[in-house]
Amino acid sequence: MPTSYTPPAKAIWWKEPIERTEVVWIAIAFLWCLFMFVWMIAWHWIGNQNMANEAYKTTPEAYAAKVEAFTAKYTVRQDKNDPSLPVVHPPAGSDVYLAASRWQWRPLLELDKGKSYRLHISSLDWDHGFSLQPLNLNFQAYPGYEQVVTLTPASAGTFTILCNEYCGIGHHTMLGKIYVKE
Amino acid sequence: MSTVALSPFRIDVVSGLRMDLKASTLIKANAVAAVVFLLIGGLFGAGVGLTRWPAVHLLSAEYFYMALTGHGVVALIVWVIFFEIAVLYFCGSTLLNSRLATPRWAWVGFWLMIIGALTTIVAVLQGNSSVMMTSYVPMDAAPHFYLGLILFAVGALIGCFVFLGTIVIAKEEGTYRGSLPLVVFGALTAAIIAIFTIAAGAIILIPTFLWSVGLIHSVDPMMYRVIWWALGHSSQQINVATHISIWYLIASLVFGAKPMSEKVSRTAFLLYILFLQLASAHHLLSDPGLSSAWKILNTSYMMYLAVLASLVHGLTVPGSIEVAQRRRGFNRGWFEWLRKAPWGNPVFSGMFLSLVIFGFVGGISGVVMSVEQVNMIIHNTAYVPGHFHGTVAGGTTLAFMALTYYLIPVVFQREVILPRLATLQPYLFGIGTAVFAVAFMGAGTLGVPRRHWDITFAGLPLAHEFPGMAYMLTAIAEFAGVVAVLGGVVFIVVVVGSLLFGRRISEDAKPYPRVADADAGGHKEIGLVGFEAPGTFVLAMVLFASLVLYYFINFKYLATLWPLR
Repeated sequence: MPTSYTPPAKAIWWKEPIERTEVVWIAIAFLWCLFMFVWMIAWHWIGNQNMANEAYKTTPEAYAAKVEAFTAKYTVRQDKNDPSLPVVHPPAGSDVYLAASRWQWRPLLELDKGKSYRLHISSLDWDHGFSLQPLNLNFQAYPGYEQVVTLTPASAGTFTILCNEYCGIGHHTMLGKIYVKE
Repeated sequence: MSTVALSPFRIDVVSGLRMDLKASTLIKANAVAAVVFLLIGGLFGAGVGLTRWPAVHLLSAEYFYMALTGHGVVALIVWVIFFEIAVLYFCGSTLLNSRLATPRWAWVGFWLMIIGALTTIVAVLQGNSSVMMTSYVPMDAAPHFYLGLILFAVGALIGCFVFLGTIVIAKEEGTYRGSLPLVVFGALTAAIIAIFTIAAGAIILIPTFLWSVGLIHSVDPMMYRVIWWALGHSSQQINVATHISIWYLIASLVFGAKPMSEKVSRTAFLLYILFLQLASAHHLLSDPGLSSAWKILNTSYMMYLAVLASLVHGLTVPGSIEVAQRRRGFNRGWFEWLRKAPWGNPVFSGMFLSLVIFGFVGGISGVVMSVEQVNMIIHNTAYVPGHFHGTVAGGTTLAFMALTYYLIPVVFQREVILPRLATLQPYLFGIGTAVFAVAFMGAGTLGVPRRHWDITFAGLPLAHEFPGMAYMLTAIAEFAGVVAVLGGVVFIVVVVGSLLFGRRISEDAKPYPRVADADAGGHKEIGLVGFEAPGTFVLAMVLFASLVLYYFINFKYLATLWPLR
């Protein structure tokens, strides 16, 4: 008796007709696959949430220097929750530099609602995961590559940056903030 | 000693299969090793689950990350690949009625895998290799963490080539006629995917090992991720090809089913070989330095052609069961064939639950999360482990468990002990895993990160407070995870107990599970509305509607995000 674990019953199995259940299903499934492929491309035009995939090669040292200069230039106050951390308020439309390192996101940012910023993200040591909550927006960060995302905060409030890429024993303590002002 | 022992083959009384004794010993060795490592991986997993459960929070951060590394390595790599080697030998030798090629090399491969696995586990337990299974550079593990993985991979590679050699021998010696059986064709697919997957692993793990001992200055983090995931994701496609072959096999063993169409099923396997390897991109969608064109082409497996293949198998496997059942006389209505299926037989129930969980939980979530843009709201959240427990635990592991209940009488020649417990086991493990997966995906959509010791951020000035629902979903997930671990423990108790204390199967035993030839029923006109498998078609359309709905729900949610370019 023919089964799936014995050779095909008919030697010329590739000329056997295909039963209707399969034909109809394959047609539906294939059309849906094509749709998903086209939709993913189309979202780059019809959607507002896309990664520009703008990125640059860098080094941890060079990037740290950029972040330091940026922080020194635009620091407006020390954070009220943790006075050791500077809060930086860059002008609208400018380049914003955020550094991931074990185990913090530096500096804390203050942005204006409705304004666009070019947010640069990179790591100074190991891989980290930029995870903005409660928005739930996530990017990968690793050393040597500087990712640029142009984002426009659409809601005011306090947002926390978690790390969601495991980065050693202090991984769960790695936090940062983005304060969005009206 | 009987003459059977002198001959290199024995005819199995239960299955009627002719078995090369050397292959049989190797199948046993690999399957037993697999089950032992499943126990180790499961214990690590229990430690992880009981720590992530906020109310329990069992382990310290240090032991949690260690257990998580161990769980990933052992459950996702060691257990599945040992079992897959057993399946390859079973398919290549037993199903093709052939002797196994170079059993000595097969033993070399086996011991390399054992030594490699133990080396890596020791490295993890020593404590300075808590780098997770993914071990992203420049985070560094002890050199023997990588070395163990490399040895394991070499052993597995040898196993793949022994399988290929066996197929060549079988053809040469004419042990079967015509084309390869579909199940063996599927196993061949798995072996081919395994070979290029392991090659990718070697390309990245060997330099990483050399870097860890100081012979190479650095390994580029982006290169590491691109190539490592050609190992990490594609090795899950070995699992998919293997467990789908097992679905077809069990459909035939339990129901006497034959493929609805050889052409369709084989083409679907071929699509896996051609396009599955592109899935490396699934892990890189939020990474810097890769273009959208690259991401879209790769993440979609070249226009979703590998997804199409899975959708096809998802229909043809239950479809073949439906056709067989209808031919046997269960032809009434839409679902009589399914109601009258042997739900108390763990070989069947495990296989069918595996099919449903893989499709509805792992499959739908996988297709949606791998959309370039949707990935931004999912990347590295708890959604990710939720998804892959739907595929690898609920899909692959459960299918392997189901097959084990068949291998115990056929290969080990023992009766399964505690049959009532065995009947319950697939449900315990399957439902536990499915609930874990869905609840953890829910927690992920609320932002809960993966691989995280403390989502309460206790004592930290910048702490984030997740919504109450996130904690509840995490607790539900981990409770269900513990249920799944219990299901795993029951499995191991039944298997090990059967091997040690199960009654030896006598020479006049009855075939198990007993199957009649479906075609002998004489029911020629089957099905409804011109479909031979209308019930399966309805089930497939339910899956399709769920997928479409869920796809657009995610885009609707994505559209509420801050504008981003």
